[in-house]
Amino acid sequence: MTQISPVFKREFFGYFRSPVAYVFLIVFSIASIALAFFIGGFFKAGQASMERYFMFYPWLFLFLIPAAGMRLWSEEKRTGTVELLFTLPITTLEAVLGKFLAAWAFLGLAVLLSLPLAATIAYLGSPDWGVVVSTYLGAILMAGSYLGVCSLTSALTKNQVISFVISLVACLVILFLGWSVFSEILGSIFPTWAVDLLSNFSFITHFEAFTKGIIDPKDIVFFLSLTGFTLFLNVVAIER
Amino acid sequence: MIEVKGLVKTYGPKRAVDGVSFTVKRGDILGFLGPNGAGKSTTMKMITGFIRPDAGTATVDGIDVTADPVAVKRKLGYLPESAPAYPEMTVEEFLGFIAEVRGFRGADAKRAQVDRAIGLTHLAPVRKQTIETLSKGFKQRVGFAQALLHDPAALVLDEPTDGLDPNQKNEVRSLIKNMAVEKAVILSTHILEEVDAICNRVIIISRGKVVADETPASLHARKPGARLDEIFRTLTASDV
Repeated sequence: MTQISPVFKREFFGYFRSPVAYVFLIVFSIASIALAFFIGGFFKAGQASMERYFMFYPWLFLFLIPAAGMRLWSEEKRTGTVELLFTLPITTLEAVLGKFLAAWAFLGLAVLLSLPLAATIAYLGSPDWGVVVSTYLGAILMAGSYLGVCSLTSALTKNQVISFVISLVACLVILFLGWSVFSEILGSIFPTWAVDLLSNFSFITHFEAFTKGIIDPKDIVFFLSLTGFTLFLNVVAIER
Repeated sequence: MIEVKGLVKTYGPKRAVDGVSFTVKRGDILGFLGPNGAGKSTTMKMITGFIRPDAGTATVDGIDVTADPVAVKRKLGYLPESAPAYPEMTVEEFLGFIAEVRGFRGADAKRAQVDRAIGLTHLAPVRKQTIETLSKGFKQRVGFAQALLHDPAALVLDEPTDGLDPNQKNEVRSLIKNMAVEKAVILSTHILEEVDAICNRVIIISRGKVVADETPASLHARKPGARLDEIFRTLTASDV
């Protein structure tokens, strides 16, 4: 497992060796804040709370995490560096974890760039810090699950566009299961218990609890197990 | 040093490698010849543990690649075809990454290893340059530096002189010759003059099978007075 660290370092700093990191971080910050201000009514709500900022995260992640994750493996396959990587003394699991953790840390950085916003609400009012912390925790855990899906789809193709589109569709499906509009449509076809069961598999359902300040082990387990499962499939997809 | 026993790899209906066996001792430079698609690269990828053989195995320094691929990868230096490397990294950063993966973790140990590899391959003038800006000859040398970095006892080089100009070819050949004294080297090529220039043993494979395994002198003796490419053509006549 000591081999994870060089892979992690190479991948993490790799983002900053190209414009990718800067474009991503800037777009992420601007888009998340624009959504909160113009659609969420961040200031109009008159609450010292980050809820109206984070409520758009599942939707923002839907587009931006596939963009950050699509290159993870497809780029290695396209340029042939995958052959270099796997003739170095590294196991597949170490490589998968190293790359995943690097991308996750990068996304964590993107999420934490919103801290000045948290400082602003702290200046204007007195937010419930417990809720703020749990929301950040939820956002980072959710980012890990999205990224797990994207890393897996990236391992399936050497074409980044295909990787992006498949990731987006896969994440969209998982997201939609818990979206109220979609649940209502499902409710008119399936019995309520089936709809409830399906919505249990959605990002939104589990993320909402965190935004209300509830850190429920079952939500943590959901995100971590989805991440773990996709990474397991990722290892299988590469070794096949 | 390197022992290959009955390697088989099948892609769909095609047997890419069909029971290839040979051994390479320390001090040997083995020229691995064959028409394109004869199974040279596939054989090398199996020896280096990048792909798993369907049958047979290879051992490096007594370690079986199918049983402990990571240990074999630790022993080997491998230059994949077209020398893949991470284009956005500088030569120094890239070799630093390889050094870390190869277990040279301390700053001093890492620098010593990187400097040694850069010295051997004459990369000093471009060490701060990103790999994507390098010419093909320099890129090939970066691939060499990467393969030599940990001073491996066995080297596998897939078409090391492919796409280089005559001067660069000469330089690469003398590089291989100089360091081969205490190593076992396998190099694949389809340039026949290369065999006379550096190899002390030749294996010709055709349609996945070994058709000749001898010294360059006895290969010449097969048809006295004939040029090497005529002998090559006779031996690989079935491979159209």
